[in-house]
Amino acid sequence: MKRFDLRELMGKAGFKTVLASLISILIGMAVGAVVIIISGLTNDNLGGKTVLEGIQLVTGGLFSTGRNATTGALTFGFNPQLMGNMLFRAMPLIMTGLSVALANKTGLFNIGAPGQYLMGTAATLYIALSLPTGTGESLQRVSGEFATHMEALGMTGATYPAWLVWVLAFIGGMLAGALWGAIPGLLKAVLNINEVLACIMTNWIAANVVTWIFDASKLQNAVENTKRAYIYKTSFNGVQTSKLGLDKLLPNSQVSGGIVIAILMAIVVYIILNKTTFGYELKACGSNRFAARYAGIRDKRSIVISMAMAGALAGAGAALYYLAGNTELYWETSQSLPAVGFNGIPVALLAANNPIGVIFSGLFMSMLEICGQKLKDLTAFNEYITDVIIAVIVYLSAFAMLIRILLSKRKSGGKEALK
Amino acid sequence: MDILAILQSDSMAFLIRQTLLFAVPLMIVALAGVFSERSGVINLALEGIMIFGAFVGVLFVNSIEKLGWFQSAYETLKLVPSGKAEMDFSLLLQTQGFALLAMAVTAVVCCIFSMLLAFAAIHLRADQTIAGTALNMLAPALVLFLVRMIANQNTLNIAGEASSWFMLKESYFGFGIKLTRTTKTASMGFLGQAFINQVYPMTYVCILLFIVMAVFMYKTRFGLRLRACGENPQAADSLGINVFKMRYAGVGISGALAGIGGFLYATTTMNCSSNGDVAGFGFLALAVMIFGNWKPGNIAMASLLFGLLKCISASYSTLDFNADRVYEFAQLGISKHLYNLMPYIITLVVLAFTSKSSRAPKAEGIPYDKSTR
Repeated sequence: MKRFDLRELMGKAGFKTVLASLISILIGMAVGAVVIIISGLTNDNLGGKTVLEGIQLVTGGLFSTGRNATTGALTFGFNPQLMGNMLFRAMPLIMTGLSVALANKTGLFNIGAPGQYLMGTAATLYIALSLPTGTGESLQRVSGEFATHMEALGMTGATYPAWLVWVLAFIGGMLAGALWGAIPGLLKAVLNINEVLACIMTNWIAANVVTWIFDASKLQNAVENTKRAYIYKTSFNGVQTSKLGLDKLLPNSQVSGGIVIAILMAIVVYIILNKTTFGYELKACGSNRFAARYAGIRDKRSIVISMAMAGALAGAGAALYYLAGNTELYWETSQSLPAVGFNGIPVALLAANNPIGVIFSGLFMSMLEICGQKLKDLTAFNEYITDVIIAVIVYLSAFAMLIRILLSKRKSGGKEALK
Repeated sequence: MDILAILQSDSMAFLIRQTLLFAVPLMIVALAGVFSERSGVINLALEGIMIFGAFVGVLFVNSIEKLGWFQSAYETLKLVPSGKAEMDFSLLLQTQGFALLAMAVTAVVCCIFSMLLAFAAIHLRADQTIAGTALNMLAPALVLFLVRMIANQNTLNIAGEASSWFMLKESYFGFGIKLTRTTKTASMGFLGQAFINQVYPMTYVCILLFIVMAVFMYKTRFGLRLRACGENPQAADSLGINVFKMRYAGVGISGALAGIGGFLYATTTMNCSSNGDVAGFGFLALAVMIFGNWKPGNIAMASLLFGLLKCISASYSTLDFNADRVYEFAQLGISKHLYNLMPYIITLVVLAFTSKSSRAPKAEGIPYDKSTR
């Protein structure tokens, strides 16, 4: 039997990648802690105890169970609600992470995920709310007012099975995302326009187009007071993702079966990239577009398809998020882009663009978000500290290569770095 | 319709004023982009630096306000339009000097902030796109975190109104002062309404800065060297120019200008408040830069065009050029969303048509490596 050799393990490329990511996370956390310490100690109303609690929650907020009623001290333990919410929030993050990772493998920086996500959102909601199922739980709850709204849209009479509407809405979201991803892909392939610039433009076009679509639509929530700025939840039409029993396992949380679909899609992307000729072509284009062309790979086609697939993944993330049935869209999107789209970038970078790694980095990022939420709920600090940590991680991954070189230098006395 | 009357209408004056309001931040931030890219570093972080600049400027104004240094000047100026106080131009000098000071502080702090990008891009040879994206994520996060800690809400305001602190009013020059309950002295006329009344002198400072910096880039030895580093750093290096230093200078100037632009935006369109957002203005400035083909003259024109579109989309329903209560732009029946979309679509189309002859700096985005000389 082969003896376990630590040195050999440490020499492996994959191990170095994981180590580099872990170092990035540690530095990010450390910067977050420093910001908490400085802002806590310079604030007269906060003291060392609050700072300590802040750091505890940033690192272990996922296991927070609130405060002890008598002593006021933070308590920790297994919290099924937070676990479920983590899985729920990880769902769109994994999808946008896959989107960025797939494009990255083809040598493209997909900063357009927010726009693709928004277009996916619009298509999904439009389809899910326009084909009446006549079965919605909420339909009865709001005593026919939503039905009146459906009548106003001219959709009485025919009803469709809820599962069919779900599938159509999901596919619609993917297609809208694919279309929005294909635009910068085409511009890059045909006219050699920098995909980063094209993506930034399409992002803001999407932000305005989506506002326009919903401004002109009748899908604004007119049933519940004060919800006019939001679009109906899809559950109003009886369309929502099956919980698959996960809600029994993790009660009181937002978890839905969508997380299973997200993980399955990550595996599919992994198989496409690593086990098919098509995936090999994409990666070849990413390594060297011109060498790939010389080898007979149609590089332009690969670029367009890669961007379209990336867009479809981001769109699918939006579809999963909004089809969960318990989420609603603030439709005036023209002023800001969805953070979950941009957060696909750190998710992909942390995973070094490995689709399976994306599952874990997506879970990590959503855990950070939960920690931030707990930090806001239980202390005088606020949730934006997690965004600072994420930004630091992105900053570090900009020179991840350098970290990797430094790691191998330490191991082999610089020989490997010189190769 | 009388063309001359339309050209001199209040709506026209309003349109000019508002267009400048939107165009000048775009202009100065786009020039910020030019300084960085022409030295060879892609500055995707314009949006982030703007957000940071807005925060720094507002925080500075907010902090000085608490010290009460300019309070008496501000209180007196506030009373001038209603005729309750005598105008004294030394007061104006005080508040406008304060604005200039805030701009200078913002410039310095944002120059330091942009060093994060410069260090990663130049010394660590990082992926400049990712480093820029990181700064774009860091700035709003840090700003919102600090704003919430300082103000206990998501927006950091100043105590009074920026319009009273920093804005010029016709009454300061003896026009439109309330005499009795119903009478006022004469209005300032078209030119006064368009360029003096309700205008922030900061806007003109930035236009001046734009011209000075553009001349600086094209007519000085430093500017020539900076541009050389973005076109052919190897050749520049062989002539004894320190490429690293020039690139640090380029990114630093870029950071300072973008920060000023952010503060200008916050003051003029957000009433001097900071909430970790500039509504994509930094990215729009990036579009302006590309649209203007990395040249200051074209950039000035492009930002006026984009500023006009922004202005129309923000106020198209109230523009009435011949005072007949028919709102001309609203009559056209074009959705305001379309005006909002136009800058981005125009940029994409221009990119598509000029991609073959686009004159982006040749060495932008490529870390300089001495060994490749």
